[in-house]
Amino acid sequence: MSALNQRTKQARDNINWIWEWANPVKFMWFSGLVLPYLIGLTVLVFGTGFVWGFFFTPEAENFGSSVKIIYVHVPSAFMAISAWFMMVVASVIWLIRRHHVSALAAKAAAPVGTVFTLIALATGALWGQPMWGTWWAWDPRLTSFLILFLFYLGYMALWAAIENPDTAADLTAVLAIVGSVFAILSRYAVNFWNQGLHQGASLSMDAEENVADVYWIPLVIAMGGFMLFFVTMVFIRTRAEIRLRRVHALELRERMADA
Amino acid sequence: MPELGKYAGAVLGSWAITLGLLVLLIALTWVQARAAKRKHDEIEARRQAGQRAAEKKR
Repeated sequence: MSALNQRTKQARDNINWIWEWANPVKFMWFSGLVLPYLIGLTVLVFGTGFVWGFFFTPEAENFGSSVKIIYVHVPSAFMAISAWFMMVVASVIWLIRRHHVSALAAKAAAPVGTVFTLIALATGALWGQPMWGTWWAWDPRLTSFLILFLFYLGYMALWAAIENPDTAADLTAVLAIVGSVFAILSRYAVNFWNQGLHQGASLSMDAEENVADVYWIPLVIAMGGFMLFFVTMVFIRTRAEIRLRRVHALELRERMADA
Repeated sequence: MPELGKYAGAVLGSWAITLGLLVLLIALTWVQARAAKRKHDEIEARRQAGQRAAEKKR
């Protein structure tokens, strides 16, 4: 074997350990092991962020006590977009590597992302009414978020409509990639069009754009809580999907044996 | 309870909707996960019983 071939093989071996985690048996073992800790950590971080945000933050100069909505609105909006990107990554892995766990993880994430999007839209409307004087405006960010919500519904409907799970995974993967346009627009609509009612980012890499520390710290904790909640829900839902896939396979085997 | 003034409706409404939807999602996930586990356990038990019966016949 030439030196180049050896190096290529070594590089492949270095990456291959990642794909071992896409083995359903290994995933079930690992997720079963970490889930109790993950649930505990989620409750702790979620609880801290929520209690701090709701009970121990002062009124803001321009927003009054309505600033407390930020602790549910911003994290849910952030996670609505992030969940879609997780689905895109998992879908691309499915399309390229054909690992069933990645397709099932994308499927498992969709209802969680839908709920986050719905929370962001509902809390945004409730916050918008006293601030802007309207529940809804066809503002670029709000509109792209509504389209993202419809994409989530379409994604779940497509999974439910197709009987063959591999075909469903293929088609929903393409839908996830197409929908990523609206996930990006939802995040950057304010910057792209620089118009509409919605303000810019509350959290950014640029410290000057961020909200004041007194709101920022509990907000970051609340976002951590939402992230952990998402991972926990996706783990639990993916485990259920893997079990259902196994049930489906065994039922088919039973029917074939009976025939 | 913090003093929420004229924004009490918007703040409490937002938090109630958020917590309500999250609890609904948790309940739905729990029910689906339990149902999937029950089905899986049943069919695995049936499969193992079938295997044992086949071994006895041999």
